[in-house]
Amino acid sequence: MMLNIENLHAGIDGKEILKGINLQVNAGEVHAIMGPNGSGKSTMSNVLVGHPSYKVTEGRVTFKGKNLLDMPAEDRSHEGLFMSFQYPVEIPGVSMTNFMRTAINEKRKYLGLPAMAPTDFLKLIKEKRDLVKLDAKFMNRSVNEGFSGGEKKRNEIFQMAMLEPSLSILDETDSGLDIDALRIVADGVNRLKSPETSVIVITHYQRLLDYIQPDVVHVLYQGRIIKTAGPELALELEERGYDWVIKEFEDSQR
Amino acid sequence: MNPAQNYIELFQDNRALVERGSAGVMNSVRDAALKCLERYGLPHKGLEEYLHTDVSAWFEPDWGMNLARLDMPVDLAQAFKCSVPNLSTQLYFLANDTFASSDTASRNSLPDGVFAGSLREAAINHPELVEKFYGRLADMEKPGIAAVNTLFAQDGFLLYVPDGVVIEKPLQLITLLSSKVDLMVNRRILVVLGRESQAKLLLCDHALAANQYLTIQVAEVFAGEGSMLELYDLEETHYANRRISELYVNQEADSNVEIDYVTLHNGQTRNTVLSTFSGRGSRLSLNGIATIDKKQHVDNMTFVDHRVSDCTSNELFNYVLDDSASGAFAGKVLVRHGAQHTESQQTNRNICLTREARMFTQPQLEIYADDVKCSHGATVGQLDDKAMFYMRQRGIPESEARMMLMQAFVGEVIGRVSLEPLRDRLNRLIEKRFRGELTQCEGCRACR
Repeated sequence: MMLNIENLHAGIDGKEILKGINLQVNAGEVHAIMGPNGSGKSTMSNVLVGHPSYKVTEGRVTFKGKNLLDMPAEDRSHEGLFMSFQYPVEIPGVSMTNFMRTAINEKRKYLGLPAMAPTDFLKLIKEKRDLVKLDAKFMNRSVNEGFSGGEKKRNEIFQMAMLEPSLSILDETDSGLDIDALRIVADGVNRLKSPETSVIVITHYQRLLDYIQPDVVHVLYQGRIIKTAGPELALELEERGYDWVIKEFEDSQR
Repeated sequence: MNPAQNYIELFQDNRALVERGSAGVMNSVRDAALKCLERYGLPHKGLEEYLHTDVSAWFEPDWGMNLARLDMPVDLAQAFKCSVPNLSTQLYFLANDTFASSDTASRNSLPDGVFAGSLREAAINHPELVEKFYGRLADMEKPGIAAVNTLFAQDGFLLYVPDGVVIEKPLQLITLLSSKVDLMVNRRILVVLGRESQAKLLLCDHALAANQYLTIQVAEVFAGEGSMLELYDLEETHYANRRISELYVNQEADSNVEIDYVTLHNGQTRNTVLSTFSGRGSRLSLNGIATIDKKQHVDNMTFVDHRVSDCTSNELFNYVLDDSASGAFAGKVLVRHGAQHTESQQTNRNICLTREARMFTQPQLEIYADDVKCSHGATVGQLDDKAMFYMRQRGIPESEARMMLMQAFVGEVIGRVSLEPLRDRLNRLIEKRFRGELTQCEGCRACR
């Protein structure tokens, strides 16, 4: 199993947001996590990648059989966990090339491999840039600085392609994207899909799921997964909203 | 006792000795310096300009001075080995406050009419030239760093570039503190650029032996009409050095001056820059970096005087403070009545890496003209948490991410350095500094 979350409770600043999440993701699967604002979607992704502001109070998470919650954020990355940020961060003064070279070589160091030869690195950059149609000029710029909204998201997928993660979490990757950018991003994600890799798509809307087909759709509400079904659920949510799922859940709790 | 009094008496008792070891032109201004010191004393904490650096306390120890001009031999080739050899410069040395003739200095090739060498020798051989400039900018109407220096300075360095002469290759003046006893050093630098002339001068301040030092460096810079000067001042000394430097700059019309101060390693440092635009259409780029830790202290005070119209000044000082280091920056820009079309920007950014590190910043702008474009700003903060986490998510360990963010922060200033090999050298030195591989001064074998 790729990812196994059992009874995960977590929060920030002493406030519990996740109240017992259970989720299993197998290799090769695409899961969508949907839900209204404030349901805990971003908390969940931040907890999984090890954001230091979030505290886990209960539960277990294993990633490819290893205890994920014990690892610092950088080791989770080295083990193959990637998150595409909803708001990619600008880092003035750190060039994309330097940033990527450091990231790749730190991962290789973790895996016991020598640093990548400069020519191989440049070749890799070229190949992965083409995947998301990211112009070469961005490589000399500071990370995300002066990138448009769409360029930032393409840059996230470019980094994902460079690092070849086994599990990618796309946190609201569709927000702020026009239809063309959305297509390029989704196309990039789809081309990176393989039987050995999994994707968790966190999204508010059905829109992105037209391009990245999920195998399983979950609804997150008040820190719990209240419904899990096939891809048809996303379409139904798009049509009818969340109210009926919430009502169904509340009725079942009585 | 008032510490100034000690120095007044010391001078009066040893006047003959001081003057014998110097030159007539330098001796002729000592009376004025004496008067200034008697009247104003030394700078102390009660003055706003010295609020964060109690300079007068530095004068209290009974410092040794080499007034008799005893030869204090420094094996230059042995003592100093540049860590980045690609920086091809014409080398000159000052051992403490004495110009040291060396093989390298005599091999330097300079265009006709250029003088680079001992200020004392120049004052003896070309008194009419030195007299025109020496002591003309140093301010004797205030508590007296310039006064102490003028009182005791016996030698130093002169760079004179005649009208229209361009020196392509940078000149590098390495000042070495080396002594068997605790020592006070009075170093004097004079830079004169004629009309349409150009030069680049790099000052590297090093300390060889781990004695206590009080270094006083006063420099006067005359940038003639249409001239271009790049002046770099890199301090790489150690914890037992106290350094006070005062730099006076006068810019004639259409001149272009760049000044970059880098404090890479030090003890306690106070740098003062007083720059005046006296001719229209001139530009000044004034920048600084301080990377300090432990109990190190750096105080940079700048004063840019826009006396005439159509001049531009750009200032950027970035500090990184670790452990219980303390820093201060005070920058004043004065735009006088009639100095229309002045453009001035002043920025001071600081990162305190610990809760114990302290930074005091005071940007000031005083404007008496109505058609100007001026701005200033200052920030004190920590490294960006969001950027740090983003980097860690991509697999860059926390320590490495910190390093990259600090490098980037300082890199903003390094990017303004015009001399490319120096930029590369600075990037490498700064990285070493942050990695803790630069415990004392890099170039000196004695420190290793």
